[in-house]
Amino acid sequence: MIPASFDYHSPRTLEEAIGLLQSHPDDAKVLSGGQSLLPLLKLRLGSVGHLVDIGRIPDLAYLREEGGFLLIGGCTRESALERSELIRTKYPLLADTAAVIADPLVRNMATVGGNLAHGDPANDHPATMLALRAEIVATGPGGRRVIAIDDFFAGLFATALAPGDILTEIRIPVPPPGSGGAYKKLERKVGDFATAASAVQLTLGPDGAVAKAGIALTNAGPVPVRATDAETYLIGKAPSDATIAEAARLAGAAATPSADRRGAVEYKQEMARILTGRALRRAVERAKGN
Amino acid sequence: MESTTTPKTSAAICGMGHSMKRKEDPRFIRGQGNYVDDVKLPGMLHMAIVRSPFAHAKILAIHTEKAMEVPGVLAVITGETLKQYNLHWMPTLMSDTQMVLPVEKVMYQAQEVAAVIATDRYAAADGVDAVEVEYDPLPVVIDPKKALLPDAPVLRTDKTGKTDNLIWHWQTGDAAATDKAFAEADVTVSQDIYIPRIHVASIETCGCVADFNPAMGHLTVHMTTQAPHAIRTVFALVAGHVGLSEEKIRIISPDIGGGFGGKVPVYPGYVIAVAASVVIGKPVKWIENRMENLQADSFARDYHMSVDLAAKKDGTMTALRIKTLADHGYADAAANPSKYPAGMFSICTGSYDIKTAFTEMDAAYTNKPPGGVAYRCSFRVTEAAHAIERITDVLAQELKMDPAEIRFKNFIGVDKFPYKSALGWEYDSGNYAAALTKAMDIIGYADLRREQAEKRSRGELMGIGICSFTEIVGAGPSKDFDILGIKMFDSAEIRVHPTGKAITRLGTKSQGQGHETTYAQIVAEELGIPAAHVQVEEGDTDTAPYGLGTYASRSTPVSGAACAMAARKIRDKAKKIAAHLLEVSEEDLDWEPGKFSVKGAPQKSKTIQECAFAAYTNSTPGLEPGLEAISYYDPPNLTFPFGSYICVVDIDRGTGMVKIRRFVAIDDCGNIINPMIVEGQIHGGLTMGMAPALLEEISYDENGNISGGSFMDYLVPTSMETPAWETGKTTTPSPHHPLGAKGVGESATVGAPPAIVNAVVDALAHLGVKHIEIPITPEKVWNLLREAGVAE
Amino acid sequence: MAQHEITLKINGAEKSASVESRLLLVHFLRETLAMTGTHIGCDTTHCGACTVLMDGEPVKSCTVLAVQADGHDVTTVEGLEQGGKLNPIQNGFWQEHGLQCGYCTPGMLMTTSALLERNPDPSEGEIREAISGNLCRCTGYVNIVKSVQHAAAALRQPSPEA
Repeated sequence: MIPASFDYHSPRTLEEAIGLLQSHPDDAKVLSGGQSLLPLLKLRLGSVGHLVDIGRIPDLAYLREEGGFLLIGGCTRESALERSELIRTKYPLLADTAAVIADPLVRNMATVGGNLAHGDPANDHPATMLALRAEIVATGPGGRRVIAIDDFFAGLFATALAPGDILTEIRIPVPPPGSGGAYKKLERKVGDFATAASAVQLTLGPDGAVAKAGIALTNAGPVPVRATDAETYLIGKAPSDATIAEAARLAGAAATPSADRRGAVEYKQEMARILTGRALRRAVERAKGN
Repeated sequence: MESTTTPKTSAAICGMGHSMKRKEDPRFIRGQGNYVDDVKLPGMLHMAIVRSPFAHAKILAIHTEKAMEVPGVLAVITGETLKQYNLHWMPTLMSDTQMVLPVEKVMYQAQEVAAVIATDRYAAADGVDAVEVEYDPLPVVIDPKKALLPDAPVLRTDKTGKTDNLIWHWQTGDAAATDKAFAEADVTVSQDIYIPRIHVASIETCGCVADFNPAMGHLTVHMTTQAPHAIRTVFALVAGHVGLSEEKIRIISPDIGGGFGGKVPVYPGYVIAVAASVVIGKPVKWIENRMENLQADSFARDYHMSVDLAAKKDGTMTALRIKTLADHGYADAAANPSKYPAGMFSICTGSYDIKTAFTEMDAAYTNKPPGGVAYRCSFRVTEAAHAIERITDVLAQELKMDPAEIRFKNFIGVDKFPYKSALGWEYDSGNYAAALTKAMDIIGYADLRREQAEKRSRGELMGIGICSFTEIVGAGPSKDFDILGIKMFDSAEIRVHPTGKAITRLGTKSQGQGHETTYAQIVAEELGIPAAHVQVEEGDTDTAPYGLGTYASRSTPVSGAACAMAARKIRDKAKKIAAHLLEVSEEDLDWEPGKFSVKGAPQKSKTIQECAFAAYTNSTPGLEPGLEAISYYDPPNLTFPFGSYICVVDIDRGTGMVKIRRFVAIDDCGNIINPMIVEGQIHGGLTMGMAPALLEEISYDENGNISGGSFMDYLVPTSMETPAWETGKTTTPSPHHPLGAKGVGESATVGAPPAIVNAVVDALAHLGVKHIEIPITPEKVWNLLREAGVAE
Repeated sequence: MAQHEITLKINGAEKSASVESRLLLVHFLRETLAMTGTHIGCDTTHCGACTVLMDGEPVKSCTVLAVQADGHDVTTVEGLEQGGKLNPIQNGFWQEHGLQCGYCTPGMLMTTSALLERNPDPSEGEIREAISGNLCRCTGYVNIVKSVQHAAAALRQPSPEA
């Protein structure tokens, strides 16, 4: 319940923050919303000598479209995503995801950047960002660099962020007309991590066939799982009960979950299949509405 | 005893039957409640506990040097410290023994091993981190069946001469007659049922502030306890040898954030805090955190039952037989009345007229926390009701009878009360058919069955489950009920002030049940003093009359009765005063709530307030001044609330997820004091019944590692998982209770789980499913769907 | 640094203190400021008994550091009544029996306060969703929903009665 002692810093600029991270290599962590980090520290499951709070650095929380991308500042709260008309109408996959992260109170503090940087495949944004083909912008000692989402998740609790890096922005390509997405999460109760969850982002071409497909799974392995076989299968095919069922089957086959109280491996894999099917159906509905 | 569904008193007086807004709420809605962790005393120290990661291990050494170097840490207490005062072991409420702090070995994961005393809680936490304990793990006994095998390691080596892990064997009923009935039956059904371990998990955890004043030799303990007087006596008996004497012990139970039975036992943390305070001479606060609460405090349930029911082919039940293995952890610390190691389990014939029955039980020691606690179960009635209500449906399924029909066929008839059950209980009153009929009408049972048939033809899964339970609460009559020898009466003391206001103090202790309102309403009912003018106090052993506390739904049956009886004594005295003031004889007086008037001349009257004033200002010959009375009520019997619940579920064929579409609960707790409060109790109880049916479970792997030891995995329902409960009532008063009232706090936790399980099995019955174990996780359902070939 | 000077507004009044970096906001409120209306019910950020408003948004104060709250506006249950008069949300819970043991109640009141500020006429579903981060063991939530509806109706009146 009570963390071990640490030093706390509240820099006012990115440079200052990066400098602090560099001064305490191996012993400093970024504090964003704190809703993943503080619970760990309270249980003394991890310890850290220095917390670098980036919450007072200006201009790190924003939601805007620019240059063909939706730009999300790393410190944008989940609740801001939930309440954004832009997200609700144009990025329904993201809206679905934000609405099921933890619970409403946690979402008032938790940040999108934090959810990704924590590197936990059980968090909800990683799979969603894979499906959206997002890019991660890291700002570090060497300046700003863009990391493709496929390269971002390195392992359990490990990302491509280097020790002095701060996740400052997420860039999502603005979806073309005929796009839709959905996130379907099976959880034992509100606030739980996913037993299984599937993120789908689709674009239908003018002929009604699938032109683009992003399908990714939450809590289905040590890193979020991109169901590439399922994606490839769908390209050029008209969405139907049969093609959706086959894509869902392929997605389920890509899941490599571990057994725990939420379910045995086989159950979780089957749920990945079921939820992908449901997410696909909903994504298609939304795509047709656009 | 007449039924009082319409209040007899005006809204201004607000006696029984009024939904009076609660008198305790003003402080809670302002955040001005006074819970144990809110107590701050000058010089107060903080205690935190070091706990064992092993389920069974020898303690080789405890190194405290690093902890003592942590700034703010003052002391580390170990079993060796307590051994000097012979306080390292203590009795349990069931006359077993458990460790306060171990000297030789630990017996369950998360067991207390040492306690750090520090100037603030952050330092105490750091101190705990710095204590180093060397353990030598021992073989772990987790499965209670294996615990009773001849080659099992003996766990309680502290008990001289103990050669096994059997705690006790208990049985009741007629074994021979039951066997005969089974042999002669047209049909018999059997079902094994496991009720897993769960935890009370009230939002406030347990804790205390132990405050020993060395100059006065006086100990005050502010404590999360549902039974302050019993605790005081236990402390005096256990620690008398270190100088604690009962008249110098004061237990104060302030506002309690939920008890549900979990705050009845004496936990080691309390005793260590008391010892620390006595030794150091300063107040010591101990507040457990949630993980400690879930992992170390007394659990509930953990019964492995084999249930057999014999019947005629027309569905008439003829005999019941249940054999149970009870897992008590490493000590029998159950909070049962001493003659009933299995609590009121023998209520298992339930609402049915089963003439022959036999039940037996073995209790085993295992390497788990001690217990079990009466978690909103009225002493094991949850387990008993689950057994009979499930086996009833198993029988119905076997005979292809509708589950409502088989219940109507077997209900104890309304004309059979008081009813002597095959296992020896005398049920006071009941009208089971009326409750079930009402539930079926409200939910539209016939329509639901039609809908189910139609959905089945389309492959959709929907189920309807019934539970018609009988509860047994209000422990209890002195001839049979005691805890550690203390009889289970309860008390109420009422004093009326000169200006006609009153204070009443009782031996029970609310943890949210609204006693400050309901007892005031009883006084209002009996004396006509407005409930708003009646102050209610509980929980301070220096001022409240002796009682056994609040759990097992006993407050209304026992203290509520005491309150009525004390009020009647006051009314008797007030009548004499009124007669004196009006210069008539007592026989010439009529009474209506709040007023005595002369028969035939009603304009000549005296209000209760005038009588009260006169008690202090006027002398009535033959009477002492003042207007007060006390009653210690020894109930002549328990009370038997009952109900019928119907649950409708829809099952997602893809995920196995069960959704409760509707749940109608009809409860009968006799005459009701405050309908709003009763309804609130039902809502909460239904939620606490749904929780183990669908979500909650504590389990252990073969090394004794707990699963479900934090809110991450111990799944307490939120507002999203909880349906919009529908409630209703019938009213069948208790003939022996002064107010015709029965207890009600636990009915819903008893009745809800079987209704839900029956609904899920009903949804899958056409696929050949006969039973499902709780908690009914989506995965369990999905496995059944897969086996049946109908998973999406 | 391991010790910090912080200044924040608590229920509109400025409070300053020197605190350890690791001090949780809930302990700052309960221990440093002796405001015990905010409660602690778990250690894994689940129960919501510790809910306060930070800049008008309900957050779990057990998972916020006091130093993070430096410079911000915090509202606790103690700040709900105005001049000794209950606010309509407090009154709604009283009228509709939305509390039993009272322990989760401050958290429920704060979450409700923020909900009704943002959504003056929430549906039952919206209410249940808004309080889904606040656990209650006593009420089964039914009367909490009614309490919020009662408060919402009262707040929508031109001159709310308490």
